[in-house]
Amino acid sequence: MIPGNRFLPLMLVAATIVILALLPHLFNSRYALTLLNQLGIGIVFALSYNMLLGQSGLLSFGHAVYFGLGGFTALHALNAITDGDLPLPVPLLPIVGGLMGLAVGIILGWVSTRRSGTIFAMISLGFAELVAASSNIMRGYFGGEEGISGDRMSGPVLFNLSMGPQRDVYYVIAAWMVISALLMYLITQTPLGRMANAVRDNPLRVAFVGYNPQTVRFLMFAISGFFAGIAGSLFAINFEIITAQAVGIEYSANVLMMAYIGGTGYFLGPVLGAIIYTALSIVLSAYTEAWMFYLGVFFIIVVLYAPNGVSGVLAVHEPVLRARLMHRLLPAYGLALVTAATLLAGAVVVIESSYHLSQPGALTATMNLAGIEFDADGWRPWAFGLGALALGALLLRETIHRVGHAWADVRHHLTGDAAT
Amino acid sequence: MEGWIFFLFNGIVYGLLLFMMSSGLTLIFSMMGVLNFAHASFYMLGAYFAYQISTITGFWPGLIVAPVLVGCIGALVERYFLRTVHRHGHVAELLFTFGLAMLIEEAVVLIWGRNPVPYTVPPDLDFALFQIGGMSYSAYKIFMMAVSITMFVFLYGVIARTRIGQIIQAALTHPETVGTLGHNVPRIFMLVFGAGTGLAGLAGVIGGNAFVTEPGMARALGTIVFVVIIVGGLGSLTGAFIASLLIGVIQTTAVAIDVSLTDIFATVGLDLRNVPLHELWSKRISDVAPILPYLFMVLILVLRPRGLLGTRDS
Repeated sequence: MIPGNRFLPLMLVAATIVILALLPHLFNSRYALTLLNQLGIGIVFALSYNMLLGQSGLLSFGHAVYFGLGGFTALHALNAITDGDLPLPVPLLPIVGGLMGLAVGIILGWVSTRRSGTIFAMISLGFAELVAASSNIMRGYFGGEEGISGDRMSGPVLFNLSMGPQRDVYYVIAAWMVISALLMYLITQTPLGRMANAVRDNPLRVAFVGYNPQTVRFLMFAISGFFAGIAGSLFAINFEIITAQAVGIEYSANVLMMAYIGGTGYFLGPVLGAIIYTALSIVLSAYTEAWMFYLGVFFIIVVLYAPNGVSGVLAVHEPVLRARLMHRLLPAYGLALVTAATLLAGAVVVIESSYHLSQPGALTATMNLAGIEFDADGWRPWAFGLGALALGALLLRETIHRVGHAWADVRHHLTGDAAT
Repeated sequence: MEGWIFFLFNGIVYGLLLFMMSSGLTLIFSMMGVLNFAHASFYMLGAYFAYQISTITGFWPGLIVAPVLVGCIGALVERYFLRTVHRHGHVAELLFTFGLAMLIEEAVVLIWGRNPVPYTVPPDLDFALFQIGGMSYSAYKIFMMAVSITMFVFLYGVIARTRIGQIIQAALTHPETVGTLGHNVPRIFMLVFGAGTGLAGLAGVIGGNAFVTEPGMARALGTIVFVVIIVGGLGSLTGAFIASLLIGVIQTTAVAIDVSLTDIFATVGLDLRNVPLHELWSKRISDVAPILPYLFMVLILVLRPRGLLGTRDS
């Protein structure tokens, strides 16, 4: 972003709104709209999560609690609308769900934000389990196995949206996404947002300046619960059904991985993460049973080698691009890509073969991978897979050295430029 | 009365199993500041390894081999991954073990499938040892108790009486000083991590066949173990011991209590049938047994945030 240009953020927002308005006209298939809706929900959820992890340094393993309870409240409110007990237009339901997220955030945050760091993470997990276990017990509120369902085509009509077609839902989600993202961005610019960053970096100094770190954490936690509740309500409106899964550990893990993969250091990182994660999980789960395994490996690689996430990796390349030095990195990157692909191909063959053999439904050992048929219990796939794996791993070590050298060269040029 | 003794017995067996895991977890935490999210996954690996060994050689070799294998894997994980990720700080460490837990679960599905495996109690121990008031006490449960208690006596002996134990104790509080005295602190960390995960593996070997060996077993137990070390106080072995037994007993005996809070308050003349969350209050204690450990944790956090015997805040 060019410093000093005050209109650039406004122009970005305007461009985003125009693009969002045009998207359903460009991709108007049902599948595309379903995907876009899920992306929108994921983005709000991931941004709300990053208020904790990225901005306040609070690692939560139970963020789905606020998402799910917001969603359940929204659906109960939707049913009240259908019964004529609540005169509220359906597009405004996220306010109700958000307030529920806020209320639960205030109650649970009061206990859990007394601590930070690892203890906070454990407490958040304990609360997540508490709510998940309660969902089996309080069947009236959580609806047991079937969950709670509703009909979004009811109540007063707002902006001519009947809420029947997917496209109407898309506009509601897109609008709430823009509003929530803007609000969350503005919060980062307030004194509270700044103090949250300070609490993340050095709580002791914050206390010396005269702020109470505990209060700052608590406020951020409660607000983050509000936005998670909005995301949950959008989920409820989109699917018209919500089950106890929505408060479960899997949803909490998903949002954590979205935010972290995207990068928690930048405001828009989680947006990127939500897009990557949602797209990956939809595409992978269409092709393979082992998709969770691949996502897990991807997540661990990010944790080990790119702790600032994808946006962090992109940001590192920004000065290189600006100095037009990218061509010095590309050959090394190309080599690394080829070897990584070899490694990946080997790993995929091994993983898919063993998965195929371990499934009780597999009647024959014959399987099909990328159009090639082979026997999973023969020696061929294993020899190929393990061979490619070993070769890729060996070569990757070498190519990573090359990438290191290329970077040293580029860094030398960059600092040289700065000196002159 | 006989029923209560039976439930108490089961609670203690379960509690000892919990302590086998929480002791390793709390040791690792207080030494390295790493909360090992994947600790229960090593428990699961122990159970699966023991199952695989038992299909070839029967139960007994697995009792030794499986925990050693799990401990070796744990040591390798510490050496080659945790140490790398340590540079990025505690959040990255926690996230790494979180990802590892997910990966181990998926790998177990990959190798052994989604359904439970038939890992059973060895026939040598599959009989009722004695009876108290019509309740029979299985020999295997007594064996579990014996293994855990032997383990603790051994562990206590090592930590309190041997030289390596003294170095470990010193490294807990003053790692730099221990390092300057010429001890290889990273290697001590690796050994403790290996030993802790090996202990979890042993818990898996003896627990896997008493309960069920399936891919969800790590997740089910993992959070309970966290609750145990929060309640007991982080870094305190005695605290972990008390909390393990307490939670073990709470969880198993609650199943036997057949009254609800609404009933209890009704005896003193309070009607809870129309107050908020009335659905929750009207449940019998036996139905809410799964959430009791978590409620207990919340109570401890409100009343005594550092845990029963915890000495430090973070």
